[in-house]
Amino acid sequence: MNLHEYQAKFLFKDYGLPVSKSELIFHESDIDQAVSKLNVDSFVVKAQVHAGGRGKAGGVILTKKKEEIRDFCQKWLGTNLVTYQTDEKGQPVSCILLEECTDIETELYLGLVIDRSSRSIAVIASPDGGVDIESVAENSPEKIFKVFLDSTNKIKEEEIKKLSEGLQLNQSQNLEFSSLIKNLIKLFVDKDFSLIEINPLVIDNSGKLNCLDGKINVDGNALYRQEAINGMRDESQEDALELDASKWGLNYVTLDGTVGCMVNGAGLAMGTMDIIKLSGGFPANFLDVGGAVNRESVTEAFKIIVSDSKVKSILINIFGGIVRCDIVAEGIVSAMQDIGIQIPVVVRLKGNNSDIAKKILEKSKLNIFSETDLTLAAKKAVDLSK
Amino acid sequence: MSILVDNQTIAICQGFTGSQATLHCSQSIEYGTNIAAGVTPGKAGQIHLNLPVFENVSQAVKETGADTSLIFVPAPFCKNSINEALDSELKLIIVITEGIPTLDMLYLKAKADELGVRIIGPNCPGVITPGQAKLGIMPASIHSKGKVGIVSRSGTLTYEAVDQTSQIGLGQSSCVGIGGDPIPGSSFIDILEMFEQDPETEGIVMVGEIGGTAEEEAAEFIQEKISKPIVSYIAGVSAPPGKRMGHAGAIISGGKGTAEDKFNALEKAGVRIVKSPADIGKAIFEEINS
Repeated sequence: MNLHEYQAKFLFKDYGLPVSKSELIFHESDIDQAVSKLNVDSFVVKAQVHAGGRGKAGGVILTKKKEEIRDFCQKWLGTNLVTYQTDEKGQPVSCILLEECTDIETELYLGLVIDRSSRSIAVIASPDGGVDIESVAENSPEKIFKVFLDSTNKIKEEEIKKLSEGLQLNQSQNLEFSSLIKNLIKLFVDKDFSLIEINPLVIDNSGKLNCLDGKINVDGNALYRQEAINGMRDESQEDALELDASKWGLNYVTLDGTVGCMVNGAGLAMGTMDIIKLSGGFPANFLDVGGAVNRESVTEAFKIIVSDSKVKSILINIFGGIVRCDIVAEGIVSAMQDIGIQIPVVVRLKGNNSDIAKKILEKSKLNIFSETDLTLAAKKAVDLSK
Repeated sequence: MSILVDNQTIAICQGFTGSQATLHCSQSIEYGTNIAAGVTPGKAGQIHLNLPVFENVSQAVKETGADTSLIFVPAPFCKNSINEALDSELKLIIVITEGIPTLDMLYLKAKADELGVRIIGPNCPGVITPGQAKLGIMPASIHSKGKVGIVSRSGTLTYEAVDQTSQIGLGQSSCVGIGGDPIPGSSFIDILEMFEQDPETEGIVMVGEIGGTAEEEAAEFIQEKISKPIVSYIAGVSAPPGKRMGHAGAIISGGKGTAEDKFNALEKAGVRIVKSPADIGKAIFEEINS
């Protein structure tokens, strides 16, 4: 799960990290009060969406004029912002962050992430902030400074020193940084985050550090114990179909092909997409129906797949280990009858009672092709999608 | 010989009386696995599947001499359960549970390493040594005793590899699901090393997927340390970046973790790669018999 910048900064502030003075605008009627409460000369106005690249897309402006703030809010509130990180529809803007403008001397990068190789929390800092950190890592790796926390998740003084030297901070900034990084790690661990990026972390014209942006990913597995964070979830930023699927215990990801897929198990679901591609077709989705393949889950999965109008054929690939194939077949037949599926469905059922399953599918007189060989099943589904 | 579990293994099951544990333990027992007892707090003294239920792991271990625990405890309580197992002088802890917070696994993995205890999983189908012991949720019927060691990040893809190696007549020495989470208890390298040492394993199938760099790290290890033939399939060539594909660990982020990178690294290390999951059985047959 992702958080908005304003939510990240709210948490930063709560943990004693330096952020700009700010107000939130949800409606045009909030503007007057927000501006007078801030009581500053110049403003940064930032549309809040779960995507980077907002600046280039016109989603961020600097201004001294209230009228320009009003124009910006009128333009964006209730509409979608399209950036290079979003799809062509963009992400809906329902909140605008109004901040005091900071005079920037230097832009730095600071990030915390779960590092899978070292099985630890990695702290990453770079004096080259404000740009894409992956390209810094690619082009000038000597400007990336990393420390890996030990299993206590506490940072050591010499590790702080390594990072602050890498960031080329002066003595008073070192002190600020030391407390900032400790608080940031505490926040990360307290709230079960999987990533925090402050890009840029800036040194302002008075020499002070300030977290000018904030990107946070939360470990979805930990939401059950992070009630406050879970309450920050903004479902409007998520793909509606994927969200709907998750409510039925289905893992669904929209892709742009024409062969719909329904598979049990995440790995096999990816494998099925791959084999569709190898057969010259394009998968329309990733869909893992999970371990409990039953009539209800199959029905919901069908509904989600056919709600994508690009889908021309469907490949169902179920490896029935514990579940019996004949029961899965009955579920498929009745779900197709219930919803009235017209497009061709290729079914590959493998495992216990697959012979009985094949008979059930053939007897149904529906638009079903039964095929036990995975390669042939994929080819058939691809042919039918053309 | 085999790896991790065999007919000498004495196991207990944590979360024993739950519906999933009941279903799968009864199948394991039917398979001939020595599950000696269960643990469910608050249900001590009950008899379940004809086995005693204990309040905690240390009691169950003391009474049965178990060396292995199979865990089905729901994710919110699983950190405590694994912790308890780690403190009870077991050798092997197999965690089927899906959805354990990553920070919990960071802590548990560090502790397990310190104690020298092996964790398999979480979010995995478990371990089976055909003909000897089945500790997990995999369907017994597709397995056959044989010579291919299988290690995989995915459940149903493992079954695909198992089925193909059975059909082609090779069978399996042992099959290990290391799970689809970002911080697994055991890595590909850990399991590859065991298969290399196991005299019954003549070839290895390694099934990876997008996300992280575990396959790249395994490739380096293979180049230096593995002499047996290996076939590898990586799922997710067609997966888009930035999208989590079901498993918590299956995500391409910041350009890292693509299937192409993994295939390339493995191919460079001399691994026979297959681009279709349907070609695994044929490829390992050719590699073993070449």
